[in-house]
Amino acid sequence: MMLNIGPAHPAMHGIIRVVAKLDGEQIEEAETEIGYLHRGFEKMSETVDYNGVMPYTDRLNYVSPIINNMGYCMAVEKLIGISVPERCHYVRVVMSEISRLTDHLTCIGATAMELGAFTVFLYMIKAREYLWELVEKVTGARLTVSYCRVGGVKADLPDDFLEPCQEAFKETRKVIEEAHGLLTRNRIFVDRMEGTGIISAEDAIAYGITGPFLRGSGPDFDVRKDCPYAVYDQIDFDVPVGTTGDNMDRYLVRMEEMEQSMRIVETALRDMPPGPVQVNPETGRPISASEMVDLAKVGDIEAISGGCAVTGPTLEGSGRAHHASIATEEKRAILPPKEDTYGNIEGLMRQFKLVMFGHGLRPPAGEAYHPVEGANGELGFYAISDGSGQPYRVRVRPPCFAIMSALPELLVGGSIADMTPTFGSVNMIGGELDR
Amino acid sequence: MNAAELIQSVTSRYADRVRSSHDYRGDATIVLQHEALVEVAQFLKEDPALQMNFLMDLTAVDYSTFGKAAKPAFFTSSGVTLKPSSEIPDADPWPGPPGSERYAVVYHFYSMSHKHRLRLVVPVDESVDDLDTLTGLWVGANWLEREVWDMFGITFRGHPDLKRILMYDGFEGHPLRKDYPVNKRQPLIGPQN
Amino acid sequence: MMNESSFLTTRLNDAIGWARKYSIFQYPFVTACCGMEYMATACSHYDVDRFGAGLPRFSPRQADVLFVVGTISHKMAPALKRIYDQMADPKWVVAFGVCTCTGGFYDNYATVMGIDTILPVDVYIPGCPPRPEFVLDGLMKLQDKIQDEHRTGKRPAPELRPDTLEV
Repeated sequence: MMLNIGPAHPAMHGIIRVVAKLDGEQIEEAETEIGYLHRGFEKMSETVDYNGVMPYTDRLNYVSPIINNMGYCMAVEKLIGISVPERCHYVRVVMSEISRLTDHLTCIGATAMELGAFTVFLYMIKAREYLWELVEKVTGARLTVSYCRVGGVKADLPDDFLEPCQEAFKETRKVIEEAHGLLTRNRIFVDRMEGTGIISAEDAIAYGITGPFLRGSGPDFDVRKDCPYAVYDQIDFDVPVGTTGDNMDRYLVRMEEMEQSMRIVETALRDMPPGPVQVNPETGRPISASEMVDLAKVGDIEAISGGCAVTGPTLEGSGRAHHASIATEEKRAILPPKEDTYGNIEGLMRQFKLVMFGHGLRPPAGEAYHPVEGANGELGFYAISDGSGQPYRVRVRPPCFAIMSALPELLVGGSIADMTPTFGSVNMIGGELDR
Repeated sequence: MNAAELIQSVTSRYADRVRSSHDYRGDATIVLQHEALVEVAQFLKEDPALQMNFLMDLTAVDYSTFGKAAKPAFFTSSGVTLKPSSEIPDADPWPGPPGSERYAVVYHFYSMSHKHRLRLVVPVDESVDDLDTLTGLWVGANWLEREVWDMFGITFRGHPDLKRILMYDGFEGHPLRKDYPVNKRQPLIGPQN
Repeated sequence: MMNESSFLTTRLNDAIGWARKYSIFQYPFVTACCGMEYMATACSHYDVDRFGAGLPRFSPRQADVLFVVGTISHKMAPALKRIYDQMADPKWVVAFGVCTCTGGFYDNYATVMGIDTILPVDVYIPGCPPRPEFVLDGLMKLQDKIQDEHRTGKRPAPELRPDTLEV
């Protein structure tokens, strides 16, 4: 019997179609059809400029957006050949690991919900809310943050970041412990997850599978350890691996990775080089930057002479004091701090050179591939520039594409009911799979 | 192995098939003739010094409008040149597109044991059916090659099932080609705008 | 006579409207990033269950309100239309997220630029993704609309955009 599962089906994972040939409840053959969320990321990125691609990258793997942002920025920075300050690396690492936490929470929560453990889903989403509030404190948005810029980040961590972060992690650890108590030795959960969706390490490598899916089968390939980028080589953390390659192992790998992510964030927050530096002592009476611009437009120079521009709360963390620690020195790549844009002519020129039509961030012609460890595996961005202000080609190597191509092999031989935990542990994110 | 040694180990064996090579920004890149693709890929996978067991990525680039981005008319008509150039200079410039052919199919390989990466660039023309499939060596190449066919129209000889993957069956054209306009929609239902 | 201002029938219409608006069975047609905010709205922090809309029904035959959450591509559109056609009257459609309202910033070959080109939409909730408070506001507007339909006894027929083809 041919059974068509999808594309609109109850699993909250995305839209995919599986055409299964059944013999009773056993799946004999399965074929997957994807592409239902193809939104043309690669084509759109050729129509906007380099920083304009950032919102599109957010929506690739939308449960861990900052990892995508960071991967794209690092690929373009490699292409240009610039480096960012060390504190910026630390900030990116902290935010990436928080994103990884939200991804694993969502994945495990959704898997548990589909197996019937609805409470675990509610607990995981509760923990995710705390993390999203933390992300909102730093970036201004909960989900689609567009936090990184080519050459830096949007703004530094707020001064009072440590306390809420510790609170959020305390709640998250409580939730993980509760989930362990509810699931890990739960007879029903274990029976459904253990022994299903098994893939061997050789098969996984042949398909190009990376990330927790591969680590559940044994090999400990993690891009953060094997090809370190940012400051991962200076932070001490472990990479959990499984043994059998079934769904249960992958679930345990993800649970442990969450703990390791929190460990990375705590280490990074401790080791981070100090932030704001008073580059020039601020002299003159403070005038709000928008007021200064308005007065200058009407020609009221006396009112603004001797004043220094002060930016508003939405630009907190990106002012002149923070700029040296969150942005590269390359003036042709990143916008100046707003006090300079409004306050002196050099800053204004630098802003214009990056923003006005016909100018903009123009890397030299070249190509670069930079992989980062996404929540599903190796997320690589391959960028080609032809010297103009728009990317010539941006390719994202999606980690769950490889895993989904292996899905028929995982499903064949099992029963229909085994599809649910297997599909849950695949953690297919439609935005990343179909781009 | 570092980038230079990787390039050396391939070019020393296949000197007549390698068109050029470089390591721009530290990425070892080899531009290869399309006939030698499967042979070189097999060498990369099986040679003990290389052991590239991962086919990380398989994609294509359409180089037909390279460097021909329209200059903004605002400046060209006024005769004002953009000086100083806002383009960021490069001490060690990139050699440029791999050939005169329209497309280049790009393969990224990774070795888990030796932790090194290599990029193979194979220039192809659209009209010829030149490339062999790599599904015999890596099963994951199946879907990746289907995506290249879907987006660019490049066929792979010997592929078990070359059909559309991201677009639907009735779609005509190959969207990522440079001559496909970005918002030319071909809706299945709804208004034809 | 039954539709005009008789005391009993207006009270009855109000009662039906009240019952319908506080027992919404939603069909969450979740595709993309907005799904994450949909999950956040449905869960304990911004609970949607207190509005009576907490039970998702994953069969169109059992649902009242079709929440179209996330970008609809042209490949997906026939499936969406089919689901809408399978729902029984009375049914309402909520366009959740700017991709469903107008297509968002995905103005390309793959995206449907607004689901109101293929379905009649009752409430638009823009945002990329909309905050849960915004979603709850949209849900309350939908509830007002449901209530109003029964106050007047007439349902203003939601229309497709004028330039759409009939399918």
